[in-house]
Amino acid sequence: MMSKINFLRPDKNNLNTFLYLGSFLFFISVLDVFLNSFFSLNLTGFLPNFLSFLLPLILGFIGLYLIRIEFSGLKQLDLLNKHINTNNFNAVLSLLIIFVIIKSLPPILSWFVIDASFAGDTKDVCTGSGACWTYIKVWMRRFMYGMYPNAEQWRINLSFVALVLMGSVGYFATDKFKKYLTLYYVVIYPLIAFLFIFFFISGGPVFFDFSYGIIAAILSIIVGFFIPAKYKFYYFLIVPLALYITLKYFIFFEEYIELGKLDGLNWVETGAWGGLSLTFIISFFCLIFCFPIGMAFALGRRSNFPLIRYISVGFIEFWRGVPLITVLFMSAVMFPMFLPEDFFIDKLVRAIIAISLFEAAYVAEVIRGGLQALPRGQYEAAKSLGMGYWKMHIFVILPQALKLVIPGIANTFLALVKDTPLIFVVGLLEIVGMLNLAKTNPKWLGFAMEGYVFAAIIFWIICYAMSKYSYNLEQKYKTDR
Amino acid sequence: MNLKLKDIVPQLITVTAVVLVFGFFTYNAQINMENRGIDFGYGFLSQESSFDVQFSLIEYDGSHSYFRAYLVGLLNTILVSVIGIIIATILGVIVGVARLSPNYLINKFAAFYVEFFRNIPLLLQIFFWYFAALRALPLPQDAEAIFGVFFLTIKGLYVPAFIWQNFSVFFYSIVAAIIAIIVIRTHAKRVQENQGKQIPVFLISIGLIFILPLLTFFIGGVGISFEVPVLKQLATTSFIYEGGVSLPPELIALTLSLSLYTATFIAECVRAGIQGVGKGQKEAAASIGLTPNQVLKLVIMPQALRIIIPPTTNQYLNLTKNSSLAAAIAYPDLVLVFAGTALMQTGKAIEIVSITMFTYLTLSISISLLMNWYNKKIAIQEK
Repeated sequence: MMSKINFLRPDKNNLNTFLYLGSFLFFISVLDVFLNSFFSLNLTGFLPNFLSFLLPLILGFIGLYLIRIEFSGLKQLDLLNKHINTNNFNAVLSLLIIFVIIKSLPPILSWFVIDASFAGDTKDVCTGSGACWTYIKVWMRRFMYGMYPNAEQWRINLSFVALVLMGSVGYFATDKFKKYLTLYYVVIYPLIAFLFIFFFISGGPVFFDFSYGIIAAILSIIVGFFIPAKYKFYYFLIVPLALYITLKYFIFFEEYIELGKLDGLNWVETGAWGGLSLTFIISFFCLIFCFPIGMAFALGRRSNFPLIRYISVGFIEFWRGVPLITVLFMSAVMFPMFLPEDFFIDKLVRAIIAISLFEAAYVAEVIRGGLQALPRGQYEAAKSLGMGYWKMHIFVILPQALKLVIPGIANTFLALVKDTPLIFVVGLLEIVGMLNLAKTNPKWLGFAMEGYVFAAIIFWIICYAMSKYSYNLEQKYKTDR
Repeated sequence: MNLKLKDIVPQLITVTAVVLVFGFFTYNAQINMENRGIDFGYGFLSQESSFDVQFSLIEYDGSHSYFRAYLVGLLNTILVSVIGIIIATILGVIVGVARLSPNYLINKFAAFYVEFFRNIPLLLQIFFWYFAALRALPLPQDAEAIFGVFFLTIKGLYVPAFIWQNFSVFFYSIVAAIIAIIVIRTHAKRVQENQGKQIPVFLISIGLIFILPLLTFFIGGVGISFEVPVLKQLATTSFIYEGGVSLPPELIALTLSLSLYTATFIAECVRAGIQGVGKGQKEAAASIGLTPNQVLKLVIMPQALRIIIPPTTNQYLNLTKNSSLAAAIAYPDLVLVFAGTALMQTGKAIEIVSITMFTYLTLSISISLLMNWYNKKIAIQEK
C-alpha cells in the first residue's frame, strides 16, 4: 500500500529515472525563462497567456519534487537538495528567486553596460535607452571636488594622499614604537590633518590666531615627555596655557599673521568645497572629535558624582532624542544668535561641531554598554592594586571595554558617514548635494538616475568596506573570556 | 554626611563650566535680539499663518494659526512614521526569518537585501525614489489602472475612498471585538495555568475580529461604498484625478525609502533575537513532547521577543527621527512646515527650533520610557 502512495517518490531502485526526468523538467523551465528574458523568445507562446506565464514555475516545481530524495549518495544532488530543495515551499521560493534573477539580468545589464553611452562629452551622445555615463564623466570633477577651482584641485589630492600615507603608519610601526601609536593617532595625526586642510586645501595663513595655541600645545607635549611622572599633572595644568599667553602677547604680534602665508596658494573659502572630498573631510573630523567627547560622557554617566552624572545623562538623552536635521538647523539659524556679534564661525566648522556632538551621544551610549559589560572584578582588582580613577580606566577598564564595543562603534561611524549628506541644510554640498545641483542644470536635464546610482555605488563601497574592516578588527581583538 | 573636598571640587568645576557656557549663550542671545529688534515669546503661535500646506490631514489653510500649522506638520510626521513602521516591521520580520532559512538562495537573497540597503545613505535613497524612480511613472492621462481602481501616476497614487454609513457602529464593534479577545486571552491563560488545557485562542481571535464587524453590516445598518478616482481634464494638457484619496509622491517616496532602509536593521534585530535563543531550549521543548508550532509559540518566541523588542523599538525611534528628512523632498512634515516655512516667515529662530526639538524629544523620551517599563515587565525574574 505504501509503495502505491509513494509512487512519485524516488528510491534507490528507480533513482536514475526520476533524476533524469526531474533534471530535464527543471532544465526546461530555466531554459524557457532564460530564452524569454535574453532573446525574448516565448517557447510556450501557443498556450493561453496565463498558463504560459505559470508553466516554467509548474515544470520546475515538478522537476524539483521528483529529484527530492533523503539521501541519494550523489554528492551534488544531496547538496542541491539540502540547500535549495528541502520541501515544497522552499522549492517554490528557490524557483522564484532563480527566475527573478534571470529575468532582471538583461534589463540591468543593458542599462548599465550594453546600451549605455560612455564616449563624448556632450549630452548629444546619450541617445540610447541605457545609462548616460558621459554625464558622470563630464561632471566628475564637480562630484569629487565641488566648486573647488579646477586649477587648485591638486591641493586636495596631495593632502589626501599625504594623509592616507601618514594614517597607514600604524601598519609599519615596529614594536618599539607601538606604544606611541595611540598618542600619534589621538593627538598628532588629527593635528597634522587639520594643518594640512587649513594650509593646503583652504590656503590659510601660517600665523593665524589659532596657531599660537597649536605651537604651545606641540611644544608642551614634546617637553612633557621629559617631565617626571610626579609633576606631569601640574605641568600640563600650567605650562601650555602660560606658553600660549607668552607666545600670543609677548613674542608674536598681529603683523605676523598674514606674513607666513604659503606662497602662491589662493584662499579657497569653505563654501566652494564640496563633493566627495568634503564627505571625507567632514567624516574624518567628526569621527576624530566625537570619539573622545563620547568617551568622556560615557565615563560621566557612570561617574559616582551625581551632578556630573545628571549632566551627562541630560546631554546624551538630549542629542539622542532629536533628529540630526534639527541639530543642523540649530547650528545654522540658532547658534549664531548665541555668539557675540563680531564672532564668526565658519559654517563648515559649525556643521562639524554639530555632527560631532550629535554622534558623540551615540558613541557614549555604545561605550557605556562596554563599560557595563565588564565584570565588577576588573574594577575591584584594579583598585586593589592601588590604581586611581584615571589610571584604572586608562590601563584596565577602557582597553577591555573598547574591545567589546568595536562593532557598536563601527556602526556609529557608519551612521556618521551616511549622515554627512544632511549638511545640505547648512548650505554645504557634498556629493549628494552636488548631484542635486547638477541634475537641475538646463544642459543636463533628465539624468537624475545615473547620478544617484553613481553616488549609491560610491557610498556602498565605502560603507561596506568599513563594516568588513570592523568585522576584521573584532576578530583580531577578540579575547575569549 | 561625609562630604570630602575631593568629591565636591570636580562637580563644582563641571557645574560652573556648564552654567558659564549657558550664561554666555543667553547673554549673547539677549544682546543679539535687542540689537536686531526681535522680542522673545511664543505669542506668534496664535497669529494667522498665511501660508498654505500641500498635504494635510486636518483642515488647514492660510487663515489658520501657526499652532494649527504646527499640528499639521506633526500629524504628517506621525502619518509617515506609522506607515513606515508597519511596512518596515512586516518586511523586516520576513527578511530576518529568511536570513535564517536553510535555503541557500533565500538566505543569500535576504543577506544581499540587507547589505545593499543598509549601506546607502537614507537621504540618497529618498532622492533616488523621489527624483529618479517615481519621475519615471506615467502622466495621469497615460496611467493604467491597477485592479481597475488604483492609479499610480507621476502626480501620486490615487486610491478609492471609502464612504461609510454608520461608521461609529462599525468602529464600536471592532473595539468590542478587541476587548473580547483580551478577556478570552486572560481566561485562556488562567485555564492553561490551572488545568493545563489549551484553548485555540488564535483561531477564536481571528474569528472574532472578522465576524463581529462583519455582522454589523447585516444588523447594525453599516454600509460601505467606494469612490473611484476619475480622470478629469483641467486644460488641454493638464489632467487630474478627482474623487478617491490621493497620496502625494513625496509621501510614497518617503515611506518607501524609510521602510526599506529601516527594515534592514529590524531584520538584523530579528535574526539576532532568534539566534539568541539557545539551541537547547528548542531541543528541550521538543523532547517534552511539544509540537513544532507549540515550540515556536510557547518557547522560542517569548524568549526571542525579549531580545528583539528593545533594539527594534530603537529602530522605530530612528525611523521617526529620520522622517524629518522629508524636508529634503518637500513633504510637509514638522521640520519643513514649522522649522522651515514658519521660521522663514516669523524669524523666531530660537522659539521655533526649540519647539521642534522639544517635540521630537518628547516623542523619543515617551517611547523610551514605555520601553523601559516593558523591559522591566518581561525581564526574567531571577530568584
